[in-house]
Amino acid sequence: MSQAAVQAAQDWTLEQIQQEIDAHRHRPGAMLPILHAIQDRFGYVPEAAVPLIAESMRQTRAEVHGIISFYHHFRTRPTGSHVVHVCRAEACQAVGARQLEAHIKERLGIDFHQTSADNEITLEPVYCLGNCACGPSVRVDDDVHGRVDADTFDRLVEQLTTTAVEVK
Amino acid sequence: MSVTVYVPCDTTALAMGADAVADTTRQAANQRGVELNLVRNGSRGLFWLEPLVEVATPNGRLAYGPVKAADVDSLIDAGLFEGKTDHPLALGPTDDIPYLKNQQRLTFSRIGVTDPLSIDDYRAHRGFAGLEKALNLDGQAIVDAVKASGLRGRGGAAFPTGIKWQTVHDEPAGQKYIVCNADEGDSGTFADRLVMECDPYLLIEGMTLAGLAVGADQGYVYLRSEYPVAHRIFSEALARAYDAGYLGRDIRGSGRHFDLEVRLGAGAYICGEETSLLDSLEGKRGMVRAKPPLPAIKGLFGKPTVVNNVLSLAAVPFILDQGAQAYADYGMGKSRGTLPLQLAGNVKRGGLVELAFGITLRELMEDFGGGTLTGRPLKAVQVGGPLGAYLPQSQWDTPIDYEAFAAFGGVVGHGGVVMFDDTVDMGEQARFAMEFCSVESCGKCTPCRIGAVRGVEVIDRLRAGENVETNRELLADLCDTMVDGSLCAMGGMTPFPVQSVMKHFPDELTHRPT
Repeated sequence: MSQAAVQAAQDWTLEQIQQEIDAHRHRPGAMLPILHAIQDRFGYVPEAAVPLIAESMRQTRAEVHGIISFYHHFRTRPTGSHVVHVCRAEACQAVGARQLEAHIKERLGIDFHQTSADNEITLEPVYCLGNCACGPSVRVDDDVHGRVDADTFDRLVEQLTTTAVEVK
Repeated sequence: MSVTVYVPCDTTALAMGADAVADTTRQAANQRGVELNLVRNGSRGLFWLEPLVEVATPNGRLAYGPVKAADVDSLIDAGLFEGKTDHPLALGPTDDIPYLKNQQRLTFSRIGVTDPLSIDDYRAHRGFAGLEKALNLDGQAIVDAVKASGLRGRGGAAFPTGIKWQTVHDEPAGQKYIVCNADEGDSGTFADRLVMECDPYLLIEGMTLAGLAVGADQGYVYLRSEYPVAHRIFSEALARAYDAGYLGRDIRGSGRHFDLEVRLGAGAYICGEETSLLDSLEGKRGMVRAKPPLPAIKGLFGKPTVVNNVLSLAAVPFILDQGAQAYADYGMGKSRGTLPLQLAGNVKRGGLVELAFGITLRELMEDFGGGTLTGRPLKAVQVGGPLGAYLPQSQWDTPIDYEAFAAFGGVVGHGGVVMFDDTVDMGEQARFAMEFCSVESCGKCTPCRIGAVRGVEVIDRLRAGENVETNRELLADLCDTMVDGSLCAMGGMTPFPVQSVMKHFPDELTHRPT
């Protein structure tokens, strides 16, 4: 996600959230499409969205919360400027994903589900990106990278942080 | 005179730098005043060669790979645009690459050949030929063809597809659904992704055929959110198929009706289990349902529903176009047709290998795969995803066939083959199987929810050297409980990799110096 999109994430209003709900609520099984729409627009699903969704979908707040917390993809807090997913699954393990994971955590100084101190990178685990013949795989925002080792990862991070500065 | 160059656009090609190769090629052609027709084709699935660049010549397509952006100038200097092959990256005619030539591509016949989004390309390669025929058939005739082909569910359970369709067909007319399981969560698998990224109309055609067969007018593709490229390409293909009249109210003027929509999952492995997938599509937590009732009787929103994997649906257009017998002629025993296998992990030549059932694992890993990427000895191979057993060398001569694998407690699953060299710590792999289950369990049944957590703890104690004999017994017991007592395959199969390590690599579950 771009820096601009994250800036916008702090600017959500209840009306905007309701717009996203109304755009999808008529669809059969609308819950996941609604949650995706909110997260795609604001970067996460704000707590304040829960009562609105519950009201619109005639469900309890507990049910809506239960759905959001069930799925790894949905977040209830803003991320850093970029989200980095590191594949932890077997095909990547077979070519050094465990070592890469350790390097990444050390390089960024954070564990999974955390955001780096400069607010640039949020780190998440992922179980398979479908790039299993060219692992270890890392997804940066919507781009998958193959055959990632410690050096290529460090270069990726440098590019990300440099680009973010240029945008500002 | 213009020259046509192909640069693939699937996730792996992109992950290896295909966009940069395409950009550089465009710029270079511009500078040299060459009129370039650059096609972003799908991938051939020869992933160790990606980005695999091809150039069209009067004698067919020539391949070059793996090409980096920095190689483009030297390739052009060596005559890439003229189809010259005097360059270290030149691979000769694409169709003659042995890895490709030795396959039996029925489902994947177009993959990497065509522009995934071009309907004209699709049609020029027999696309929609099965559908054109089926539009004149009644539902039962389509079901009969699928039955006669011997096709079994390619998602892993291997249930006969035709029987499933018959059940839904025989339910009273009314709202019915076709649901495509594109939640390809098994590590080591990417065949579903390749279909959706490289030949999306194939899945659209397969699902429409299923709809015509059973009398369903609405389909959903449940696609995992980890596949953004597949989502982008497939969504665009859907829009174009509607525009061209292949979906919607009156398909190609036949009066037949089928609507199709893609829905994104949200990062839950369990949603690849069909009943939990249905709950998720309905907008709930993806919790497993007890069966019966079968989804074929009471599925999505309580209506009769066909739930099939991408590969099962993608096999159907060939069957309708070329005949059930043509498909059934491939294979062995009760495993008819072809299986798209996926070579992954520590492998020299990873990629998609579509073959008739019956090749042995060793032939696949050695003849196609070329051994390990590291060049070290191969030690173990996990077939069928994270719930599949780790197979030691003594089992590599088993032919790949549902029954042959079941005979020793293995699973073919979705055809993923993940190779490991001799540096792998099998105790660590056993622990990971339990850890993965603890992260991904839906939590509905106790053996899976609690068992996985306890499994990690017991393995940790074993590896710390605590009460080894007692803990070994406890782990064996726990595995039995999970296998026998879990509601679905997640808890029921998580012990398979663990048990295989206990049986074949027992020394690696004991104390390890850290």
